[in-house]
Amino acid sequence: MLLSDSDIQSIWLTIRLALVVTVILLIAGTPIAWWLTRSKSRLKGPIGAVVALPLVLPPSVLGFYLLLAMGPNGPVGHLTKALGIGALPFTFWGLVVASVFYSMPFMVQPLQNAFESIGDRPMEVAATLGASPLDAFFTVALPLARPGFLTASVMTFAHTVGEFGVVLMIGGNIPGVSRVASVQIYDHVEALEYGQAHRMAAVMLIFSFLVLLALYAWRPSTLKMAKRD
Amino acid sequence: MKLVKHLFVICSLLLVTSAHAEKITVAAAADLKFAMDEIATGFKQSHPGHDLEVVYGSSGKFHTQIQQGAPYDLYFSADIGYPRELAKKGFAASEVKPYAIGRIVLWSNSMDAAKMTLAVLADPKIARIAIANPKHAPYGKRAEEALRSAGLWDKVQSKLVFGENISQTAQFVLSGNAQVGIIALSLALNPELSKHGGYYLIPDKLHEPLEQGYVITKRGAGKPLAKIFSDYMGSKQARRVMTKYGFVLPGEKAGI
Repeated sequence: MLLSDSDIQSIWLTIRLALVVTVILLIAGTPIAWWLTRSKSRLKGPIGAVVALPLVLPPSVLGFYLLLAMGPNGPVGHLTKALGIGALPFTFWGLVVASVFYSMPFMVQPLQNAFESIGDRPMEVAATLGASPLDAFFTVALPLARPGFLTASVMTFAHTVGEFGVVLMIGGNIPGVSRVASVQIYDHVEALEYGQAHRMAAVMLIFSFLVLLALYAWRPSTLKMAKRD
Repeated sequence: MKLVKHLFVICSLLLVTSAHAEKITVAAAADLKFAMDEIATGFKQSHPGHDLEVVYGSSGKFHTQIQQGAPYDLYFSADIGYPRELAKKGFAASEVKPYAIGRIVLWSNSMDAAKMTLAVLADPKIARIAIANPKHAPYGKRAEEALRSAGLWDKVQSKLVFGENISQTAQFVLSGNAQVGIIALSLALNPELSKHGGYYLIPDKLHEPLEQGYVITKRGAGKPLAKIFSDYMGSKQARRVMTKYGFVLPGEKAGI
């Protein structure tokens, strides 16, 4: 057997986490990206900046804030305890919340680019044909932005798979709950199990390469978009 | 062109800064965090003109990094096995010296750990117990051994969260995310932690001794300061600090 059971468990956990985060961000990120594209509000700049923060913030900053905020004595912790969920650190859903923040720009920015490239014209035409803004969004903007959704989803998924620092700080390294693939590799290295570390690392490397290769093959313009980000 | 020249000058200035002063870098296990800080301060006071930098982390990680050429002149491990292995592989420039025996304690931020015993951990009211990762952290290994000897491992296993090293384990408890943790006595005795709660000393019959050792690495071989600091570790001042933080020194009896 190339990978141990706990290796495979960590890979499954990683895939599950990345899938959940991608779905949540598709739902939550789309309206944010749309608003950032269309709005003329003065809040556009600040909110765009907040969304992009995880691109430049060290994961330790995010991990530190989340650990305190979601802990039993933090504001989020008080809320989740009142709701009967308990404190979020060291749980799968804690990782989901952290990853939603951490991967947000990877969903919102490609979507925003896609929406911007549609321009005002198709939306105006839809409006003159009597479509309500909501209708126009679903029947015109969404189909036109489909490639953007693909890019955004793949980037979000891949970026969540590649997460490490935040998970290390709030995960607690629990098998099947928060011991994701990147942490598992770290543990192998720490325990001097280089053979296992090599095999897991190779899996991650090949996965990441294939994802990006598929993305670029599908949409050569992604490269350009990434640069514009 | 002028701009390029300026940039070049700035870059070279940035590169050469720390090249001359007599300076050593010490890699120390996370349980030494507070004790070694104090020892380093004392060393700098009694040896003016010498500079010493301490880096803290997990013993296992340093062990790997030193083999890959990490710039550490001395290596203080929480498990004497790691430096011994380095010495065997030719990465050491001195014999491996034992410097302390570590102890593990139960510690809590929200409950009075001084009144606890290990059996309390099975209580359903305790949802999360932090220990260092037994896979590679020496304190985690001893914590697992103690829980196993006490017959509690199976009962508490589902409640365990694993810190990357013993400092992170303590931090999980300090932040309230785990109600209890098994941490190093040296950390529990630090004012920063002790003002938040007492500790219960886990009987050392329950686990293998946490024999800790250090070594001068190959990189520190040519540096007189490395040798001076190594000698300083045996001095009365340094030993006093180690004792203060609950370390049992080689050749001494536990007296806490």
